[in-house]
Amino acid sequence: MTRALLALLVRDLTLAARVGGSGALSLVFFLMIVVLVPFALGPDLNLLSRIGPAILWLAAVLATLIGLDRLFQADEEDGSLDLMTGAPVPLEGVVLAKVLAHWLTTGLPLALVSPLFGLLLALDGTAMLATALTLLVGTPALTFVGAVGAALTASIRRGGLILAVLVLPLMIPTLIFGVSASEAASSGTVPFATPLMILGALSLIAAVIGTFAAAAALRWSE
Amino acid sequence: MRLTVDDLAARRSGRRIFSRLSFALEPGEALMVTGRNGAGKSTLLALLAGRLKPDAGTIAVTEVGEATLPECLHVVGHRDGLKSPLTAEENLAFARDLLGAARMSPGEALAELGLGHALKLPVAYLSAGQRRRVALARLLVCRRPLWLLDEPTAALDTASQAVLAGLMARHRAEGGLIIAATHQSLGLDDARELRIGETASAPEAPVTAEAWW
Repeated sequence: MTRALLALLVRDLTLAARVGGSGALSLVFFLMIVVLVPFALGPDLNLLSRIGPAILWLAAVLATLIGLDRLFQADEEDGSLDLMTGAPVPLEGVVLAKVLAHWLTTGLPLALVSPLFGLLLALDGTAMLATALTLLVGTPALTFVGAVGAALTASIRRGGLILAVLVLPLMIPTLIFGVSASEAASSGTVPFATPLMILGALSLIAAVIGTFAAAAALRWSE
Repeated sequence: MRLTVDDLAARRSGRRIFSRLSFALEPGEALMVTGRNGAGKSTLLALLAGRLKPDAGTIAVTEVGEATLPECLHVVGHRDGLKSPLTAEENLAFARDLLGAARMSPGEALAELGLGHALKLPVAYLSAGQRRRVALARLLVCRRPLWLLDEPTAALDTASQAVLAGLMARHRAEGGLIIAATHQSLGLDDARELRIGETASAPEAPVTAEAWW
């Protein structure tokens, strides 16, 4: 079972790195949004550094959606999903491996480069590190919530927009606690750890519910 | 393994495809499923593969230990389950690791189908017939007793059809089962034939009210 899931994980990572994969794409999209915001706001560094964490988080939410619509759809279309149904692993395991691969190619790189992008938003060192940490803890929640939408829209052509409409409202709690944790680090009205722990809890809850819900959605759509 | 299908009925989007379908397969037996287009050949295979739920009836397997039916079978159909950016070798190695019960290396399996040279080529560069042969090579990399083949000879040249016939004969000699939906003879000796559309009951009122609401 471990071997099958590892094979799936490696395959998805390889696919993301090959031509047409969405690996680097979401990172570039993330950069684009972060670059556009200072142009729109004008040269007000104080304003920029105050809303910087919020911008990084919004950009991360949107960048997570890139490639998410193809998470199960690509496998549904070419029959790979039928192959996985016949594998001696539960569908929940398949979902978990695929979501993990998606997070490793989207959420993790976003969190890792966010300090660099924080420079563009005039964040100071503490805020940069705090935002990176919250993204690291919070992006799994985004991916798992998104996976449920991806599973629901797997058999719908052009399901990307429906997916966004479905999952963006569900990402609101993660966004709220992500931004509040990043801001708590610099402003200091609430201890940093409190919203961060809630964010971690959200990720864990999303991991459990998202895995089972996505697997149920895939079974139901067949 | 033994496969027993009893009184099977299928319904898709409210429309009855076939009903009262019964057959049994013993080790080494092959079944050719024939019928006009849309008679439900692919639906029958999807039911067996566990992708669709039967409307009525039962599908039972025995002598397979604790494995479920979807874990005992290979499917080769229109959707080949191959990823275009990956090489033929990577596709087959993935299938072998995912499905378990490895038997041959991807290289050996491809060589059997005369595609040894395509081992390191991305599947995107292959022709339709070559893609089909890579999908058929999956039958060889993992050992599974039941082969479900949906139009296996589609896009295959005559030489490859002969190779496929040889593989099927060997599989049956080892006690494997084959169910193939087809319009033409596959070179299966003494295969039984199941005609869908005639064995099934006379067409009922085809569209029931629930189809529309």
